[in-house]
Amino acid sequence: MQSMLNVKFFSSLRELTGQAETELNIQSPLALREVWQRAAADCAIPENTLCAINMEYARLDDIAYDNDEVAFFPPVTGG
Amino acid sequence: MMPAILLDKAFNPWDELQRYQADQLPSGQFGATASFVGSMRDFNINESVSLMTLEHYPAMTQLFLDNLCNECRQKYQLDDCLIIHRFGDIRPGEPIVLTVAWSAHRAKAFDACRYLMEELKARAPFWKKEQTDRGERWVHNELKKQ
Repeated sequence: MQSMLNVKFFSSLRELTGQAETELNIQSPLALREVWQRAAADCAIPENTLCAINMEYARLDDIAYDNDEVAFFPPVTGG
Repeated sequence: MMPAILLDKAFNPWDELQRYQADQLPSGQFGATASFVGSMRDFNINESVSLMTLEHYPAMTQLFLDNLCNECRQKYQLDDCLIIHRFGDIRPGEPIVLTVAWSAHRAKAFDACRYLMEELKARAPFWKKEQTDRGERWVHNELKKQ
């Protein structure tokens, strides 16, 4: 059964990958590291990349499931 | 209690503090108000900066700041707290962020106000891009607390 992930890139990672958002069809749940490899195959993942699942901080080894929103972004600089 | 507030235009932090306090906090119930305002400088890393664009992850930022306010109220037993944060294009001199903590006594108000700022700077999903004479650049995270 096919599942869908919504993948977002912010800030310098949007510029690096050339995309702000993409949808990914997956056959089974995927670790975020594999989500990056599928969504941005041409780019190595930068060492300091942060990530989130459904707007909560996550780790690259954490698993995304059907309909999850996954985000990748660099260290934050607010305030 | 209101959530944290994200704004895409300039704001006066003192007016906002006064308005929120008058609307939300009963007079006589708190004894200490601690506030912090962060504003945009016109220089950074030895270069002049003419414009800063603050990008964010809207839904996650709102959720993160709302949760931070709730956590902070409980952690420091506050009467209330407030965060206002800009996004979009910001010019030198404009306020970027306001944090306020209301408490019965000064120690918790000071500590809570600092906690809000340190957590926000460390984890809220905002990213600054500066416009300088030599072009634009992303601001990198400064881990030390300045």
